[in-house]
Amino acid sequence: MKPWIAFWNIMLKDMRAYYLKPPNISWGLIFPIAWTGMFFIRSGSGLDSILTLLPGVIAISILFGTTSLLAVTVTFEKKNRSFERLLLAPIPLELLMLAKTSGAILFGVVNAFVPIVLSLFLTDLSQVAWITLFPAVLLIAIASTFFGLFIAVSVSEVFEAQTFSNFFRFPMIFLCGLFFPIASIPIFLRPLSYLFPLTYGADILHGAIHSGNSMPLWLDFVTITGFCIILFYISLRNIHKRWII
Amino acid sequence: MEISESITSPTLNRYPLIEVSQLTKRFDTVTAVDGINFTVFQGELFGFLGPNGAGKTTTINMLTGLARPDLGTITIGGLDCKRNPKVAQHLIGVVPDESNLYPELTGFDNLCFCASLYGLPKSDRQTRAWQLLELFDLKEAADRKFAAYSKGMKRKLTIAAGIIHHPQILFLDEPTTGIDVSSARQIRRLIAELHRAGTTIFLTTHYIEEAERLCERIAFIVHGRIVKIDTVANLLQPVQERKVMLISLSNSSNDLCGKLSTNFPQFEFQAVSAEQIRVESVETINIGPLVRFVEEQGAEVTEARRVRPSLEEVFVRVTGIELNLMRKEKEKGGGNL
Repeated sequence: MKPWIAFWNIMLKDMRAYYLKPPNISWGLIFPIAWTGMFFIRSGSGLDSILTLLPGVIAISILFGTTSLLAVTVTFEKKNRSFERLLLAPIPLELLMLAKTSGAILFGVVNAFVPIVLSLFLTDLSQVAWITLFPAVLLIAIASTFFGLFIAVSVSEVFEAQTFSNFFRFPMIFLCGLFFPIASIPIFLRPLSYLFPLTYGADILHGAIHSGNSMPLWLDFVTITGFCIILFYISLRNIHKRWII
Repeated sequence: MEISESITSPTLNRYPLIEVSQLTKRFDTVTAVDGINFTVFQGELFGFLGPNGAGKTTTINMLTGLARPDLGTITIGGLDCKRNPKVAQHLIGVVPDESNLYPELTGFDNLCFCASLYGLPKSDRQTRAWQLLELFDLKEAADRKFAAYSKGMKRKLTIAAGIIHHPQILFLDEPTTGIDVSSARQIRRLIAELHRAGTTIFLTTHYIEEAERLCERIAFIVHGRIVKIDTVANLLQPVQERKVMLISLSNSSNDLCGKLSTNFPQFEFQAVSAEQIRVESVETINIGPLVRFVEEQGAEVTEARRVRPSLEEVFVRVTGIELNLMRKEKEKGGGNL
């Protein structure tokens, strides 16, 4: 038995069946463009503001791209029982779920580079610390995907997956320091900001793009990695508890 | 109740491949599977027969790792599956009661994908997929999406996916339920071929004739408990010693059965319907006096025929479940042999 064959084919199947479908590709392109345009027009501060807006747009593009698709596809496969086929395969559950999420992680990374590529045409990105930005994008994609997985294994219906994920996603837009600093959020809401992995991911992006991080980068990296591990293992535990009854 | 297994000819010289002991599963207050014990031997076609809700699918789910037993032990191929359900999954293939392949993939891609889950290299996956598409008469539909398949085609492809990795044991959960007669027959033929080729098959069904025709040994499960396990021949023996006739009538009176019982105490009579009476005896049934008596009562005998006692008789005797309950389930589809 070669588990990597199963891993690779689960990822490829998901890419072909879900992520590379025209509606999802257009979602992956239009969504970041819409966010970029919206914040750019709303801020009214000219092209100089792109660098301060870019971290938020990257983070939000990853968050919505990954959670929307993963939560729906996993819930859909559970609902039509094709997920049972994966549970019956002789591969460890950890590897199976990594394979199942890897397509969404890649989709999130690709989504992140849509606003980055667009920005290249509008402003100078020479000061961006790419060596910090790349792992940050990957970690945000992983954390968001595992967050989508956590949602998918907590609900039974596809529509519940969307509703439940929005319950977290929309507050995250305003609480995670994507477009304005956490320091400007009312003090009683601030503790909530630190409960979301996106806060730490966005902080790294602010640091990498315009040196605007509010916490030490090493702390951001450690914390978001911790969130990834915790979300993944909670999801695995929920699968054991709810799906292998 | 302790049910002892009969180890007769079909199981001689074979080693146990599935061993289940005191297997129990509860859902809240309902005990779906209640302390069952059985052994399936290498190369055997073992039937698990019972009405809907008897615990057949729950048992399969526990054996395959999709459900956790509350009590008991499961050993497959000598491996302890209760402790680690994943440990024996490379030995088994599963065909669930509903087709669960990927609607957005073609038939060929579905088979290749399922093969990849068992680590088959690409060239082997493709060769095996074409072999199975040909075997299951689906070659022409290979490039069609699974969503566009008919029910019968879906079931056939699901069985093909279950055996793509040459499993030692195949679990078939209600393989012919809800599909057309022709597909059901083809599937039964394929099951028999797989069995002849040496695959150990665990078949759950509520079609008694299907179990009788295909299986070597059968366990009857009712309300989560196994009430009888034996070879088909041994199960049939008690009823085959009896003679059974079915008399069809017209203008039958209500109390005809009672009158017949009084006048012919050596026979057992049962009104199957308003127009049919079943006569049963350990002795030879002499039809002449019976016909004359019935006609004296104002009824007309339109047909009298001997009935070969079937597994259905045994099932009814052992489980107490009414024949019409099983028939109703059969009417849902796929029951015609």
